[in-house]
Amino acid sequence: MRKHRRKHVAAGIAALAVTVLAGCGTSATGDDGADGDTTTLTVFAAASLQGSFEDLAEQFEDAHDGVDVRLSFAGSSDLVAQVQQGAPADVFASADTANMDKLVADDLVGNPQDFATNTLEIAVPPDNPAGVETLADLAAPDVKLVLCAPEVPCGAASAKVEDAAGLDLQPVSEEQSVTDVLGKVIAGEADAGLVYVTDVAAAGDDVEGVEFPESDSAVNTYPIAPVADGGDEQADLAQQFVDLVLSDDGQQTLAGFGFAAP
Amino acid sequence: MRVSTGSTTGRTGSTTGGAAAVGLPRWAFAPAAVGGLFVLLPLVAMATRVDWSSYWSLVTSESARAALLLSLQTSAASTVVCLVLGVPMALVLARCRFPGIDLLRSLVMVPLVLPPVVGGIALLYTFGRRGLLGETLEVAGLQIAFSTTAVVLAQTFVALPFLVMSLEGALRTAGARYEVVAASLGARPTTVLRRVTLPLVWPGLLSGAVLSFARALGEFGATITFAGSLQGVTRTLPLEIYLQRETDPDAAVALSLLLVVVAVLVIAATRQGRPGRSVL
Repeated sequence: MRKHRRKHVAAGIAALAVTVLAGCGTSATGDDGADGDTTTLTVFAAASLQGSFEDLAEQFEDAHDGVDVRLSFAGSSDLVAQVQQGAPADVFASADTANMDKLVADDLVGNPQDFATNTLEIAVPPDNPAGVETLADLAAPDVKLVLCAPEVPCGAASAKVEDAAGLDLQPVSEEQSVTDVLGKVIAGEADAGLVYVTDVAAAGDDVEGVEFPESDSAVNTYPIAPVADGGDEQADLAQQFVDLVLSDDGQQTLAGFGFAAP
Repeated sequence: MRVSTGSTTGRTGSTTGGAAAVGLPRWAFAPAAVGGLFVLLPLVAMATRVDWSSYWSLVTSESARAALLLSLQTSAASTVVCLVLGVPMALVLARCRFPGIDLLRSLVMVPLVLPPVVGGIALLYTFGRRGLLGETLEVAGLQIAFSTTAVVLAQTFVALPFLVMSLEGALRTAGARYEVVAASLGARPTTVLRRVTLPLVWPGLLSGAVLSFARALGEFGATITFAGSLQGVTRTLPLEIYLQRETDPDAAVALSLLLVVVAVLVIAATRQGRPGRSVL
Protein backbone atom coordinates (compact mmCIF):
# COMPACT_ATOMS: atom_id res chain seq x y z
CA MET A 1 0.00 0.00 0.00
CA ARG A 2 2.66 2.43 1.07
CA LYS A 3 4.99 1.44 -1.73
CA HIS A 4 2.15 1.98 -4.15
CA ARG A 5 1.59 5.51 -2.94
CA ARG A 6 5.27 6.27 -3.16
CA LYS A 7 5.28 5.24 -6.80
CA HIS A 8 2.45 7.68 -7.47
CA VAL A 9 4.33 10.51 -5.80
CA ALA A 10 7.43 9.74 -7.86
CA ALA A 11 5.40 9.72 -11.05
CA GLY A 12 3.84 13.04 -10.08
CA ILE A 13 7.19 14.65 -9.41
CA ALA A 14 8.56 13.32 -12.70
CA ALA A 15 5.57 14.73 -14.58
CA LEU A 16 6.04 18.07 -12.86
CA ALA A 17 9.73 18.16 -13.72
CA VAL A 18 8.99 17.44 -17.38
CA THR A 19 6.40 20.23 -17.47
CA VAL A 20 8.79 22.72 -15.89
CA LEU A 21 11.61 21.83 -18.24
CA ALA A 22 9.33 21.96 -21.27
CA GLY A 23 8.15 25.38 -20.13
CA CYS A 24 11.68 26.74 -20.28
CA GLY A 25 12.07 26.00 -23.95
CA THR A 26 9.17 28.03 -25.28
CA SER A 27 9.95 31.53 -24.06
CA ALA A 28 13.16 32.19 -25.99
CA THR A 29 12.79 34.86 -28.66
CA GLY A 30 14.70 35.74 -31.76
CA ASP A 31 15.88 32.20 -32.49
CA ASP A 32 14.31 31.95 -35.93
CA GLY A 33 17.71 32.07 -37.57
CA ALA A 34 17.12 28.64 -39.14
CA ASP A 35 14.98 29.99 -41.99
CA GLY A 36 16.87 33.11 -42.99
CA ASP A 37 13.82 34.80 -44.53
CA THR A 38 12.06 35.78 -41.32
CA THR A 39 13.14 38.66 -39.14
CA THR A 40 11.62 39.02 -35.71
CA LEU A 41 10.82 42.37 -34.17
CA THR A 42 10.11 42.19 -30.44
CA VAL A 43 7.88 44.93 -29.03
CA PHE A 44 7.45 45.41 -25.29
CA ALA A 45 4.30 47.40 -24.59
CA ALA A 46 2.30 48.45 -21.54
CA ALA A 47 -0.67 46.19 -20.79
CA SER A 48 -3.18 48.93 -21.63
CA LEU A 49 -1.86 48.96 -25.23
CA GLN A 50 -2.76 45.32 -25.91
CA GLY A 51 -5.66 45.77 -28.34
CA SER A 52 -4.21 48.71 -30.26
CA PHE A 53 -0.70 47.28 -30.59
CA GLU A 54 -2.05 43.93 -31.79
CA ASP A 55 -3.72 45.86 -34.61
CA LEU A 56 -0.59 47.92 -35.30
CA ALA A 57 1.59 44.80 -35.36
CA GLU A 58 -0.69 43.29 -37.98
CA GLN A 59 -0.47 46.43 -40.09
CA PHE A 60 3.32 46.38 -39.76
CA GLU A 61 3.56 42.72 -40.78
CA ASP A 62 1.32 43.39 -43.80
CA ALA A 63 3.60 46.22 -44.92
CA HIS A 64 6.88 44.36 -44.24
CA ASP A 65 7.21 40.98 -45.90
CA GLY A 66 9.05 38.40 -43.83
CA VAL A 67 8.87 40.37 -40.59
CA ASP A 68 7.31 38.70 -37.59
CA VAL A 69 6.30 41.09 -34.79
CA ARG A 70 6.33 39.56 -31.35
CA LEU A 71 4.42 41.43 -28.67
CA SER A 72 4.98 41.21 -24.95
CA PHE A 73 2.45 42.98 -22.73
CA ALA A 74 2.92 43.64 -19.01
CA GLY A 75 2.93 46.46 -16.50
CA SER A 76 5.38 49.17 -17.59
CA SER A 77 7.52 48.79 -14.46
CA ASP A 78 7.81 45.03 -15.02
CA LEU A 79 8.85 45.60 -18.63
CA VAL A 80 11.47 48.15 -17.57
CA ALA A 81 12.91 45.62 -15.12
CA GLN A 82 13.02 42.99 -17.89
CA VAL A 83 14.82 45.31 -20.33
CA GLN A 84 17.29 46.24 -17.58
CA GLN A 85 17.96 42.52 -17.06
CA GLY A 86 18.76 42.16 -20.74
CA ALA A 87 15.48 40.90 -22.20
CA PRO A 88 15.59 40.94 -26.04
CA ALA A 89 13.33 43.91 -26.83
CA ASP A 90 13.57 46.09 -29.95
CA VAL A 91 10.85 48.62 -29.10
CA PHE A 92 9.49 49.74 -25.75
CA ALA A 93 6.16 51.55 -25.33
CA SER A 94 5.47 52.74 -21.80
CA ALA A 95 2.23 53.83 -20.14
CA ASP A 96 3.98 56.71 -18.40
CA THR A 97 7.03 58.91 -18.78
CA ALA A 98 8.45 57.94 -15.37
CA ASN A 99 9.12 54.36 -16.46
CA MET A 100 10.55 55.42 -19.83
CA ASP A 101 12.86 57.87 -18.01
CA LYS A 102 14.40 54.95 -16.09
CA LEU A 103 15.57 53.36 -19.36
CA VAL A 104 16.71 56.73 -20.72
CA ALA A 105 18.80 57.20 -17.58
CA ASP A 106 20.38 53.77 -18.13
CA ASP A 107 21.11 54.60 -21.79
CA LEU A 108 19.11 51.57 -22.89
CA VAL A 109 16.72 53.29 -25.33
CA GLY A 110 16.91 55.82 -28.14
CA ASN A 111 15.05 59.10 -28.19
CA PRO A 112 11.53 58.59 -26.70
CA GLN A 113 8.57 60.24 -28.42
CA ASP A 114 5.09 60.75 -26.96
CA PHE A 115 2.46 58.96 -29.05
CA ALA A 116 -0.76 58.96 -27.01
CA THR A 117 -2.47 60.19 -23.88
CA ASN A 118 -5.01 58.61 -21.61
CA THR A 119 -7.26 60.09 -18.94
CA LEU A 120 -9.41 58.73 -16.16
CA GLU A 121 -13.09 57.97 -16.50
CA ILE A 122 -15.68 56.67 -14.06
CA ALA A 123 -16.73 53.10 -14.83
CA VAL A 124 -20.11 51.91 -13.56
CA PRO A 125 -22.06 48.67 -14.11
CA PRO A 126 -24.41 48.95 -17.13
CA ASP A 127 -27.50 49.68 -15.00
CA ASN A 128 -25.59 52.25 -12.91
CA PRO A 129 -27.20 51.09 -9.63
CA ALA A 130 -25.89 54.01 -7.58
CA GLY A 131 -26.88 56.63 -10.17
CA VAL A 132 -23.38 58.10 -10.53
CA GLU A 133 -23.38 61.19 -12.79
CA THR A 134 -20.42 63.26 -11.59
CA LEU A 135 -17.12 62.82 -9.77
CA ALA A 136 -18.68 64.36 -6.64
CA ASP A 137 -21.27 61.54 -6.60
CA LEU A 138 -18.44 59.13 -5.79
CA ALA A 139 -18.04 60.73 -2.36
CA ALA A 140 -21.58 59.72 -1.31
CA PRO A 141 -21.41 57.30 1.63
CA ASP A 142 -23.65 54.64 0.06
CA VAL A 143 -21.64 54.37 -3.16
CA LYS A 144 -19.31 51.39 -3.14
CA LEU A 145 -16.26 52.92 -4.82
CA VAL A 146 -13.16 51.01 -5.89
CA LEU A 147 -9.90 52.79 -6.76
CA CYS A 148 -6.33 51.81 -7.57
CA ALA A 149 -4.01 52.00 -4.56
CA PRO A 150 -2.05 55.28 -4.45
CA GLU A 151 1.17 53.27 -4.84
CA VAL A 152 0.36 52.29 -8.45
CA PRO A 153 0.16 54.77 -11.39
CA CYS A 154 -3.64 54.70 -11.86
CA GLY A 155 -4.03 55.28 -8.11
CA ALA A 156 -1.65 58.22 -8.22
CA ALA A 157 -3.74 59.69 -11.04
CA SER A 158 -6.93 59.09 -9.03
CA ALA A 159 -5.42 60.91 -6.05
CA LYS A 160 -4.48 63.85 -8.29
CA VAL A 161 -8.03 64.10 -9.62
CA GLU A 162 -9.45 63.80 -6.11
CA ASP A 163 -7.21 66.64 -4.89
CA ALA A 164 -8.01 68.85 -7.87
CA ALA A 165 -11.74 68.42 -7.24
CA GLY A 166 -11.32 69.01 -3.50
CA LEU A 167 -13.09 65.73 -2.66
CA ASP A 168 -12.51 63.17 0.06
CA LEU A 169 -13.20 59.78 -1.52
CA GLN A 170 -13.67 56.74 0.74
CA PRO A 171 -13.11 53.62 -1.39
CA VAL A 172 -14.16 50.20 -0.10
CA SER A 173 -11.07 48.78 -1.76
CA GLU A 174 -7.74 50.02 -3.16
CA GLU A 175 -6.79 47.60 -5.88
CA GLN A 176 -3.44 46.57 -7.27
CA SER A 177 -4.15 47.42 -10.90
CA VAL A 178 -6.68 49.06 -13.16
CA THR A 179 -7.73 45.58 -14.35
CA ASP A 180 -8.68 44.65 -10.79
CA VAL A 181 -10.78 47.82 -10.47
CA LEU A 182 -12.53 47.10 -13.76
CA GLY A 183 -13.13 43.48 -12.73
CA LYS A 184 -14.91 44.56 -9.54
CA VAL A 185 -17.14 46.94 -11.52
CA ILE A 186 -17.94 44.37 -14.23
CA ALA A 187 -18.85 41.80 -11.56
CA GLY A 188 -21.19 44.38 -10.01
CA GLU A 189 -19.34 44.17 -6.69
CA ALA A 190 -18.54 47.87 -6.90
CA ASP A 191 -20.96 50.67 -7.83
CA ALA A 192 -18.19 52.68 -9.45
CA GLY A 193 -14.47 52.71 -10.12
CA LEU A 194 -11.92 55.08 -11.60
CA VAL A 195 -10.21 53.57 -14.65
CA TYR A 196 -8.77 54.85 -17.91
CA VAL A 197 -10.92 55.91 -20.87
CA THR A 198 -9.35 53.11 -22.91
CA ASP A 199 -10.33 50.49 -20.30
CA VAL A 200 -13.96 51.54 -20.57
CA ALA A 201 -13.71 51.35 -24.38
CA ALA A 202 -12.13 47.88 -24.22
CA ALA A 203 -14.76 46.54 -21.79
CA GLY A 204 -17.53 47.20 -24.33
CA ASP A 205 -21.03 46.63 -22.99
CA ASP A 206 -19.80 45.25 -19.67
CA VAL A 207 -19.45 48.70 -18.16
CA GLU A 208 -20.69 52.20 -18.82
CA GLY A 209 -18.34 55.17 -18.79
CA VAL A 210 -19.06 58.49 -17.09
CA GLU A 211 -16.75 61.30 -18.19
CA PHE A 212 -15.91 64.12 -15.79
CA PRO A 213 -14.14 67.46 -16.45
CA GLU A 214 -11.72 67.09 -13.51
CA SER A 215 -9.95 64.28 -15.41
CA ASP A 216 -7.87 67.01 -17.13
CA SER A 217 -5.78 67.30 -13.99
CA ALA A 218 -4.23 63.87 -14.49
CA VAL A 219 -3.29 63.22 -18.11
CA ASN A 220 -1.13 60.16 -18.69
CA THR A 221 1.36 60.43 -21.54
CA TYR A 222 2.60 57.33 -23.40
CA PRO A 223 6.16 57.49 -24.82
CA ILE A 224 7.68 55.00 -27.28
CA ALA A 225 11.36 54.40 -28.13
CA PRO A 226 13.57 51.90 -29.95
CA VAL A 227 15.68 49.83 -27.57
CA ALA A 228 19.37 50.43 -28.18
CA ASP A 229 20.90 47.06 -28.96
CA GLY A 230 21.24 44.55 -31.77
CA GLY A 231 22.43 45.24 -35.33
CA ASP A 232 21.69 48.13 -37.69
CA GLU A 233 19.01 46.21 -39.57
CA GLN A 234 17.12 45.53 -36.36
CA ALA A 235 17.43 49.17 -35.23
CA ASP A 236 16.14 50.30 -38.61
CA LEU A 237 13.12 48.03 -38.33
CA ALA A 238 12.47 49.21 -34.76
CA GLN A 239 12.48 52.83 -35.94
CA GLN A 240 10.02 51.94 -38.71
CA PHE A 241 7.65 50.48 -36.13
CA VAL A 242 7.94 53.65 -34.03
CA ASP A 243 7.23 55.69 -37.17
CA LEU A 244 4.11 53.62 -37.87
CA VAL A 245 2.79 54.29 -34.35
CA LEU A 246 3.38 58.04 -34.83
CA SER A 247 1.92 58.11 -38.36
CA ASP A 248 -1.64 59.18 -39.19
CA ASP A 249 -2.67 55.54 -39.65
CA GLY A 250 -1.17 54.60 -36.31
CA GLN A 251 -2.80 57.52 -34.54
CA GLN A 252 -6.16 56.60 -36.07
CA THR A 253 -5.82 53.02 -34.80
CA LEU A 254 -4.99 54.28 -31.30
CA ALA A 255 -7.94 56.68 -31.37
CA GLY A 256 -10.19 53.73 -32.17
CA PHE A 257 -9.19 52.23 -28.83
CA GLY A 258 -9.96 55.44 -26.92
CA PHE A 259 -6.51 57.03 -26.78
CA ALA A 260 -6.16 60.76 -27.34
CA ALA A 261 -3.35 62.40 -29.30
CA PRO A 262 -0.34 63.59 -27.28
CA MET B 1 10.06 10.03 3.15
CA ARG B 2 7.37 10.04 5.81
CA VAL B 3 4.08 9.57 4.09
CA SER B 4 1.80 9.76 7.08
CA THR B 5 2.05 11.00 10.62
CA GLY B 6 1.11 9.29 13.84
CA SER B 7 0.07 6.19 11.96
CA THR B 8 2.07 3.84 14.12
CA THR B 9 0.39 4.78 17.38
CA GLY B 10 -1.15 1.75 19.00
CA ARG B 11 -0.31 -0.56 16.13
CA THR B 12 2.09 -3.42 16.50
CA GLY B 13 3.39 -5.76 13.86
CA SER B 14 1.88 -3.68 11.12
CA THR B 15 3.40 -3.19 7.66
CA THR B 16 4.77 0.22 8.61
CA GLY B 17 7.41 -1.23 10.99
CA GLY B 18 10.98 -2.08 10.05
CA ALA B 19 11.64 0.74 7.57
CA ALA B 20 14.27 2.35 9.79
CA ALA B 21 16.45 -0.76 9.99
CA VAL B 22 16.93 -1.06 6.22
CA GLY B 23 18.54 2.33 5.65
CA LEU B 24 18.44 4.39 2.50
CA PRO B 25 20.25 3.72 -0.76
CA ARG B 26 23.17 6.09 -1.09
CA TRP B 27 22.01 7.64 -4.34
CA ALA B 28 19.00 9.11 -2.53
CA PHE B 29 21.10 11.59 -0.57
CA ALA B 30 22.32 13.75 -3.45
CA PRO B 31 18.86 14.60 -4.88
CA ALA B 32 17.58 15.04 -1.33
CA ALA B 33 20.31 17.59 -0.68
CA VAL B 34 19.57 19.38 -3.97
CA GLY B 35 15.88 19.46 -3.06
CA GLY B 36 16.68 20.91 0.35
CA LEU B 37 18.87 23.58 -1.20
CA PHE B 38 16.20 24.37 -3.76
CA VAL B 39 13.81 25.25 -0.94
CA LEU B 40 16.28 26.97 1.37
CA LEU B 41 18.45 28.91 -1.07
CA PRO B 42 15.74 31.37 -2.23
CA LEU B 43 14.92 32.11 1.42
CA VAL B 44 18.59 32.76 2.15
CA ALA B 45 18.90 34.89 -1.00
CA MET B 46 15.93 36.95 0.17
CA ALA B 47 17.41 37.37 3.64
CA THR B 48 20.65 38.72 2.11
CA ARG B 49 18.62 41.44 0.38
CA VAL B 50 17.10 42.72 3.61
CA ASP B 51 18.20 46.19 4.60
CA TRP B 52 18.81 45.37 8.27
CA SER B 53 19.42 48.95 9.36
CA SER B 54 15.87 49.91 8.49
CA TYR B 55 14.29 46.46 9.01
CA TRP B 56 12.62 47.27 12.30
CA SER B 57 11.07 50.51 11.09
CA LEU B 58 9.85 48.83 7.90
CA VAL B 59 8.09 45.93 9.64
CA THR B 60 6.63 48.12 12.39
CA SER B 61 5.14 50.75 10.09
CA GLU B 62 1.44 51.35 10.58
CA SER B 63 0.44 49.58 7.37
CA ALA B 64 2.70 46.58 8.12
CA ARG B 65 1.32 46.16 11.64
CA ALA B 66 -2.24 46.41 10.39
CA ALA B 67 -1.54 43.80 7.71
CA LEU B 68 0.17 41.37 10.11
CA LEU B 69 -2.59 41.68 12.70
CA LEU B 70 -5.28 41.17 10.06
CA SER B 71 -3.42 38.16 8.63
CA LEU B 72 -3.13 36.49 12.04
CA GLN B 73 -6.77 37.17 12.93
CA THR B 74 -8.23 35.98 9.63
CA SER B 75 -5.96 32.92 9.47
CA ALA B 76 -6.98 31.92 13.00
CA ALA B 77 -10.65 32.43 12.13
CA SER B 78 -10.41 30.41 8.93
CA THR B 79 -8.56 27.61 10.75
CA VAL B 80 -11.48 27.42 13.21
CA VAL B 81 -13.95 27.29 10.29
CA CYS B 82 -11.81 24.60 8.64
CA LEU B 83 -11.94 22.52 11.84
CA VAL B 84 -15.69 22.94 12.27
CA LEU B 85 -16.42 21.93 8.68
CA GLY B 86 -13.38 19.84 7.82
CA VAL B 87 -13.42 17.31 10.69
CA PRO B 88 -16.95 16.08 9.84
CA MET B 89 -16.04 16.08 6.15
CA ALA B 90 -12.98 13.92 6.77
CA LEU B 91 -15.04 11.56 8.95
CA VAL B 92 -17.66 11.13 6.23
CA LEU B 93 -15.04 10.59 3.54
CA ALA B 94 -13.03 8.09 5.60
CA ARG B 95 -15.81 6.12 7.24
CA CYS B 96 -18.85 6.18 4.96
CA ARG B 97 -19.50 4.20 1.83
CA PHE B 98 -22.05 5.33 -0.69
CA PRO B 99 -22.12 5.67 -4.46
CA GLY B 100 -20.24 8.69 -5.70
CA ILE B 101 -18.03 9.08 -2.65
CA ASP B 102 -14.85 8.79 -4.73
CA LEU B 103 -16.07 11.59 -6.96
CA LEU B 104 -16.97 13.61 -3.87
CA ARG B 105 -13.48 13.08 -2.46
CA SER B 106 -11.94 14.36 -5.70
CA LEU B 107 -14.20 17.41 -5.76
CA VAL B 108 -13.33 18.37 -2.20
CA MET B 109 -9.68 18.45 -3.25
CA VAL B 110 -10.32 20.77 -6.22
CA PRO B 111 -9.20 23.97 -4.40
CA LEU B 112 -5.78 22.32 -4.02
CA VAL B 113 -5.16 22.26 -7.75
CA LEU B 114 -7.18 25.33 -8.70
CA PRO B 115 -5.24 28.55 -9.21
CA PRO B 116 -6.33 30.71 -6.24
CA VAL B 117 -7.48 33.45 -8.64
CA VAL B 118 -9.99 31.00 -10.09
CA GLY B 119 -11.13 30.22 -6.56
CA GLY B 120 -11.62 33.94 -6.02
CA ILE B 121 -13.72 34.26 -9.16
CA ALA B 122 -15.82 31.27 -8.12
CA LEU B 123 -16.38 32.80 -4.67
CA LEU B 124 -17.29 36.10 -6.29
CA TYR B 125 -20.04 34.42 -8.31
CA THR B 126 -21.29 32.71 -5.16
CA PHE B 127 -21.09 35.27 -2.37
CA GLY B 128 -20.71 38.47 -4.43
CA ARG B 129 -23.49 41.05 -4.55
CA ARG B 130 -24.79 39.58 -7.79
CA GLY B 131 -23.73 36.04 -6.98
CA LEU B 132 -25.74 32.88 -6.43
CA LEU B 133 -26.25 33.52 -2.70
CA GLY B 134 -25.22 37.17 -2.64
CA GLU B 135 -28.64 38.66 -3.27
CA THR B 136 -30.28 36.52 -0.61
CA LEU B 137 -27.55 37.48 1.83
CA GLU B 138 -27.95 41.15 0.99
CA VAL B 139 -31.69 40.96 1.65
CA ALA B 140 -30.83 39.40 5.01
CA GLY B 141 -28.60 42.40 5.69
CA LEU B 142 -25.32 40.54 5.24
CA GLN B 143 -22.76 42.24 3.01
CA ILE B 144 -19.78 40.07 2.35
CA ALA B 145 -18.09 41.95 -0.47
CA PHE B 146 -15.06 44.00 0.61
CA SER B 147 -15.38 42.84 4.24
CA THR B 148 -13.04 40.90 6.50
CA THR B 149 -15.55 38.03 6.27
CA ALA B 150 -14.70 37.78 2.57
CA VAL B 151 -11.03 37.32 3.48
CA VAL B 152 -11.90 34.50 5.89
CA LEU B 153 -14.09 32.84 3.23
CA ALA B 154 -11.30 33.02 0.65
CA GLN B 155 -8.76 31.61 3.09
CA THR B 156 -11.11 28.84 4.22
CA PHE B 157 -11.80 27.86 0.61
CA VAL B 158 -8.13 27.27 -0.15
CA ALA B 159 -7.14 25.88 3.27
CA LEU B 160 -9.98 23.40 3.86
CA PRO B 161 -8.61 20.59 1.63
CA PHE B 162 -5.37 20.56 3.61
CA LEU B 163 -7.23 19.75 6.82
CA VAL B 164 -9.57 17.23 5.20
CA MET B 165 -6.76 15.45 3.37
CA SER B 166 -4.50 15.28 6.39
CA LEU B 167 -7.22 14.06 8.73
CA GLU B 168 -8.76 11.61 6.29
CA GLY B 169 -5.35 10.01 5.76
CA ALA B 170 -4.88 9.68 9.52
CA LEU B 171 -8.35 8.17 9.94
CA ARG B 172 -7.73 5.58 7.24
CA THR B 173 -4.35 4.61 8.63
CA ALA B 174 -5.71 4.33 12.17
CA GLY B 175 -8.41 1.97 10.96
CA ALA B 176 -11.78 1.33 12.54
CA ARG B 177 -10.87 -1.61 14.79
CA TYR B 178 -10.84 0.29 18.07
CA GLU B 179 -14.05 2.03 17.14
CA VAL B 180 -15.73 -1.32 16.50
CA VAL B 181 -14.57 -2.59 19.89
CA ALA B 182 -15.79 0.54 21.66
CA ALA B 183 -19.15 0.34 19.91
CA SER B 184 -19.52 -3.36 20.77
CA LEU B 185 -18.97 -2.42 24.41
CA GLY B 186 -21.98 -0.14 24.18
CA ALA B 187 -20.46 3.26 23.45
CA ARG B 188 -22.64 5.64 21.47
CA PRO B 189 -21.27 7.07 18.18
CA THR B 190 -20.53 10.47 19.73
CA THR B 191 -18.68 8.83 22.60
CA VAL B 192 -16.65 6.67 20.21
CA LEU B 193 -15.74 9.76 18.21
CA ARG B 194 -14.75 11.75 21.27
CA ARG B 195 -12.99 9.05 23.31
CA VAL B 196 -11.52 6.77 20.64
CA THR B 197 -11.38 8.19 17.12
CA LEU B 198 -10.20 11.75 17.74
CA PRO B 199 -7.50 10.85 20.31
CA LEU B 200 -6.15 8.26 17.83
CA VAL B 201 -5.89 10.74 14.97
CA TRP B 202 -4.88 13.72 17.12
CA PRO B 203 -1.46 14.17 15.41
CA GLY B 204 -3.09 14.11 11.98
CA LEU B 205 -5.67 16.62 13.12
CA LEU B 206 -2.99 18.89 14.54
CA SER B 207 -0.83 18.78 11.42
CA GLY B 208 -3.91 19.42 9.28
CA ALA B 209 -4.81 22.45 11.36
CA VAL B 210 -1.26 23.82 11.15
CA LEU B 211 -1.17 23.30 7.39
CA SER B 212 -4.52 25.06 7.04
CA PHE B 213 -3.31 27.99 9.12
CA ALA B 214 -0.10 28.25 7.10
CA ARG B 215 -2.00 28.08 3.82
CA ALA B 216 -4.45 30.75 5.02
CA LEU B 217 -1.55 32.95 6.10
CA GLY B 218 -0.05 32.79 2.62
CA GLU B 219 -3.33 33.16 0.73
CA PHE B 220 -3.17 35.86 -1.92
CA GLY B 221 -4.95 35.20 -5.23
CA ALA B 222 -8.44 34.39 -3.99
CA THR B 223 -8.30 37.26 -1.51
CA ILE B 224 -7.28 39.92 -4.01
CA THR B 225 -9.89 38.70 -6.50
CA PHE B 226 -12.76 38.26 -4.10
CA ALA B 227 -12.21 40.48 -1.06
CA GLY B 228 -10.40 43.52 -2.41
CA SER B 229 -7.60 45.36 -0.64
CA LEU B 230 -8.06 47.99 2.06
CA GLN B 231 -5.76 48.60 4.99
CA GLY B 232 -7.01 47.04 8.22
CA VAL B 233 -10.07 45.50 6.53
CA THR B 234 -8.99 43.21 3.72
CA ARG B 235 -5.30 43.93 3.05
CA THR B 236 -3.51 40.93 4.56
CA LEU B 237 0.27 40.62 4.72
CA PRO B 238 0.70 38.96 1.28
CA LEU B 239 -1.39 41.72 -0.35
CA GLU B 240 0.64 44.37 1.47
CA ILE B 241 3.86 42.76 0.23
CA TYR B 242 2.60 42.75 -3.35
CA LEU B 243 1.56 46.39 -3.12
CA GLN B 244 4.80 47.56 -1.49
CA ARG B 245 6.74 45.86 -4.28
CA GLU B 246 5.46 48.60 -6.61
CA THR B 247 7.05 51.48 -4.76
CA ASP B 248 9.30 50.19 -1.98
CA PRO B 249 11.06 46.89 -2.77
CA ASP B 250 12.98 47.10 0.54
CA ALA B 251 9.73 47.11 2.48
CA ALA B 252 8.42 44.21 0.39
CA VAL B 253 11.50 42.11 1.17
CA ALA B 254 11.38 43.00 4.86
CA LEU B 255 7.70 42.02 5.07
CA SER B 256 8.33 38.80 3.13
CA LEU B 257 10.92 37.79 5.70
CA LEU B 258 8.45 38.65 8.45
CA LEU B 259 5.89 36.33 6.85
CA VAL B 260 8.43 33.51 6.63
CA VAL B 261 9.40 34.02 10.28
CA VAL B 262 5.75 33.95 11.41
CA ALA B 263 5.10 30.76 9.42
CA VAL B 264 8.20 29.03 10.84
CA LEU B 265 7.28 30.12 14.38
CA VAL B 266 3.78 28.67 14.01
CA ILE B 267 5.14 25.35 12.78
CA ALA B 268 7.87 25.26 15.43
CA ALA B 269 5.42 26.07 18.22
CA THR B 270 3.21 23.16 17.20
CA ARG B 271 6.19 20.81 17.04
CA GLN B 272 7.25 21.93 20.50
CA GLY B 273 4.02 20.57 21.91
CA ARG B 274 4.74 17.08 20.57
CA PRO B 275 8.44 16.28 20.89
CA GLY B 276 9.85 13.63 18.60
CA ARG B 277 6.94 13.63 16.22
CA SER B 278 6.93 15.32 12.88
CA VAL B 279 4.09 17.71 12.35
CA LEU B 280 4.42 18.19 8.63
